[in-house]
Amino acid sequence: MTSVDLEPTDAGRHIPAKSPARWVRRNLFRTWYDSSITIGFGVLFAWVLVGIVRFLLTADYTILRRNLALFMLGSFPRDQLHRPAAALLMIALATGLAAGALTAHRREIAAVTGVGYQSSRVIDVVRRFWPVVLLVVVLLALTETITPSLIVVGALGLGLIGVWAGRRIRARFRRLAWAALLVLPFLVYFMLAGFGGVGWRGWGGLHLNLFVTVAGVLLAFPLGLVLALGRKSSLPAVRTLSVAYIEFVRGVPLITLLLMGVFAIGFFLPAGVRPGTVTRVLIAITVFESAYIAEVVRGGLQAVPKGQVEAAQALGMTPWSIMRRIVLPQALRATIPAMVGQFISLFKDTTLVGVVGLPEVLSVAQDVNTQPDFVAQGLERLTLPFAALIFWVGSYTMSREARRLERKLGVGER
Amino acid sequence: MTTEVARNRPPFWRDLRVLRIVLQLLALVGAGVLAYVIWFNLTNNLRAQGIRTDFGFLDQPIGVQIPDSALSRNATVRQAFLVGIKNTLALVVVGLPLLTIIGVVVGVARLSTNWLAAKAAGLFVELLRNLPPLLIIVFVFRAVILQLPPSRAPITPFGWLVISNLRITVPGFEAHDGYPAFQVLMGIALLVVVGAWWWRTRLSDRTGVAHHRVLWSVGLFVSIGVVGFLILDRPFGLSRPSLDGRIVTGGFSGLGGYFAVLIALVIYTASHVAEIVRGSLQAVPKGQTEAAHALALSGFQRLRFVMLPQAMRIALPPVINQYLNFTKNTSLALAVGYAEITTLAFQSIGNGQPAPQVIAMLMLIYLFFSLTISLLVNLVNRRLQVVTR
Repeated sequence: MTSVDLEPTDAGRHIPAKSPARWVRRNLFRTWYDSSITIGFGVLFAWVLVGIVRFLLTADYTILRRNLALFMLGSFPRDQLHRPAAALLMIALATGLAAGALTAHRREIAAVTGVGYQSSRVIDVVRRFWPVVLLVVVLLALTETITPSLIVVGALGLGLIGVWAGRRIRARFRRLAWAALLVLPFLVYFMLAGFGGVGWRGWGGLHLNLFVTVAGVLLAFPLGLVLALGRKSSLPAVRTLSVAYIEFVRGVPLITLLLMGVFAIGFFLPAGVRPGTVTRVLIAITVFESAYIAEVVRGGLQAVPKGQVEAAQALGMTPWSIMRRIVLPQALRATIPAMVGQFISLFKDTTLVGVVGLPEVLSVAQDVNTQPDFVAQGLERLTLPFAALIFWVGSYTMSREARRLERKLGVGER
Repeated sequence: MTTEVARNRPPFWRDLRVLRIVLQLLALVGAGVLAYVIWFNLTNNLRAQGIRTDFGFLDQPIGVQIPDSALSRNATVRQAFLVGIKNTLALVVVGLPLLTIIGVVVGVARLSTNWLAAKAAGLFVELLRNLPPLLIIVFVFRAVILQLPPSRAPITPFGWLVISNLRITVPGFEAHDGYPAFQVLMGIALLVVVGAWWWRTRLSDRTGVAHHRVLWSVGLFVSIGVVGFLILDRPFGLSRPSLDGRIVTGGFSGLGGYFAVLIALVIYTASHVAEIVRGSLQAVPKGQTEAAHALALSGFQRLRFVMLPQAMRIALPPVINQYLNFTKNTSLALAVGYAEITTLAFQSIGNGQPAPQVIAMLMLIYLFFSLTISLLVNLVNRRLQVVTR
C-alpha cells in the first residue's frame, strides 16, 4: 500500500483517457508497483470468482427451494398463504399511489418555482434498485410453482396502476394518499391476522425480521423524541435522567437487553403478567432503540440554527409552540437520513432475536440444516449466503437511498 | 423595587421559576415511582419463587466445563465469570490492532489511483458493511471453520499453522528463562525513550536543530532490546506449532469459536473503519495539499506533516466509537458458544442462577468497558482539539 497517492484531487477518481489502452496503462499499470498490485489482485480475484461461479453452478438448491416459504414466512399456515399475498398487493398499490402523488406534487412545485422537473424513467429506477430486482429474480427462480411469480407480476401491475392514479389525484385529495400510507400497516396487520389469520406471535422468517424492525422503530420513536428533548432541556433533573438512560443503554450490547427481556422481564412485572417471547423482545428492542433514536434526534435538534428560536421568541411565541412549529419540523427533517441509517442497523440487529429463540431468517438458515434430508452436508455454505443476500440487498439499497436523500435534503450543507 | 417586581410576577402556574421546579419534581417522582414499582415487583416475585435476591450465587458452582480453561465444573460462578471476562478481553486485545490495520489499509486503498485496488477495497467495504455481524460470525463458524478437517486429521499449511474444525493454532511467542528480566529491561527502555523524547523536544525548542524524536526513540528502544536479547540469551522465541499425533504443542492456540468471532468481527468492523478513514482523508481541505505542493514538500512529507495529522483528528472519535462497537459485539459469541462473559452468563442462567442479578452484572461489566473507552475518547479529543476562538 505504499503506492497510494493521497491527493484529494485524484481521490477516488480515475483518470479518463481517450483510448482503452491508455486508460489501462494510466489506471492499472502506471508504475511498477501499480502493475504488481494489479496483477496480484487480478489473479486472486479471478481465482475467487471462478471458485464462486463454479460453486453456484454446481450447487444443489433443493434445500432452498423446499424451504423458501420457511425463509420468508416462517411457519405461517400454508393454507393461509393468500393472506401475505394480498398484503403484498396492498403494499404495492399504496406505495404506488403515494409515489404517484409525490411526483405530481413535485411537478406542481417545480411549475410554480420555475425549476425544471424531470420524472424518473424506468431504466433509472431499475438502476437505483438493481439489488432488489436481483433478489426478486433469485427468489422467483427458487419457487416451485408459478403462483408467486404471478403475485409479483400482479404487485408490479398494481404498483404501476397506483402511480398512474396517484398522479391524477387532485391536489385537494392528495392527503388521502398519505393517509393510505399511514393506515397501511394496520390494514396489512388486519389482512394477516384478522378473521382466523395468524397474529404476530406466530410469525417467522423474513416477515418477522421486518415486523420487529418496523414495530421497534415506531415504538421507540416517541420515547426517543422525549429523551432527546430531555437531554437538551435546561432542567438539570430531567437532563440527568435522560443522559443516564441514554448512556446506560448505549453502553450495553443489545444481546444483554434481549436476555433481560426474555429471562428477567417477568420478574419486573406484577405477578401473573406473562408476556410472550415476541412481546418481550419488542420491549427490549424498544428500550434499546429509543436511546439511539434519541441521539439521532439530538443531532437534528442541534442542526436547527439558533436564530430560528430567537426569531420565534421575538414574535412572542410560547415555548411549546416554538418547539412544535419551528424547531421540530426542521429538526426532524434533518434527521431523516440518520433515521434510515438507524432503521438499517436495527434491521441487521434483528438477527439477534434468533439467539433468544425466535424463528427469524438467520436461525431458519441454520435450522434447515438439521432437516433429515439435508443434515451434515455442509449446506450452510448455501443457506447462510442466501440469508446474507436478503440482508445485504435490504441494507445496501436503503443506505444508498439514504445517501441520495441526504444530498437532496441538503443536510449538512449550510 | 423588590415589591414592584413581586407585584408584577405572573400567577404561579405561569411563573417559569415555579414551573421549572414542578416539572423537575414531576420527572423525578415519575422515575422514582417506576423504579419503586419495578423493585417491588422484583423482590415480590423473587420471594414468591424462592429465588435469592443477593449476590451469594457468585460462590456457588457454575456446573459448566469451560473449554480451554483449567477450571473444573465445580469452580464458582465468580471464577468462571473472571475467565469469561478474560476471554472477552482476548478477543478485544487481538481484534482492535488487527481491525485498525485492515481498516486503514482498505480505507487508503479505496482512494488509490489503481483502479483495481480501489474497486477491490470498495467491494470489501460495501459487502461487509451491509451484512449483520451475527450473520458473518455464524457464516465463518458454520460454513468455514466447521467444514475444516476434523481434529483427528488436522491440516498443516506451510508447516506454520495447524488447522482443524475444533481448534486453530498459529505461531506465537513463547517465553524462555530470561523473560522476566527482559520485561524489566524493556520497562527501563521505555523510561529511557520518554527521557530521550523530552530531551530532543527541548533541544529542538531551544536551539532549533531538527529533533528527530521518532528516530531517536525507536533507535534507542530497538538497540536496548537487541542488546538485552543477546545478553539474556534468547529470553523469548517464536514458537511454531507442531503436530504430534493429535496433540498440538506450541504456538498460539484458539478454539474454532474464538477464531470465528475474531475473524468475522475484525473484517466487519474494519469495513466501517475503512469508510471513516476514507472520509477523513477526503475531508482534509484541498487547499492544504495545494499549499504543501507550493512549499515543495515531497509526497511523504505531504502525507506525514499535512494530510495525516489533520485526517487523524477527524477520524479518531468515530474510530474509537467503532472500537466500542467491536467490544460490545463480542457478546455475539453467544451464537457460536465461545466461552466469553455473555455465553457464560447465559449458561449460568440455564443452570439455575438468578437471571436478574446475573444479567445486571453482565450489563455492568459491559458498561465498565464502554465507560472506560468513552473516557479515553474524551481525553484524546480534548488533547487533539484545535483551539479556535
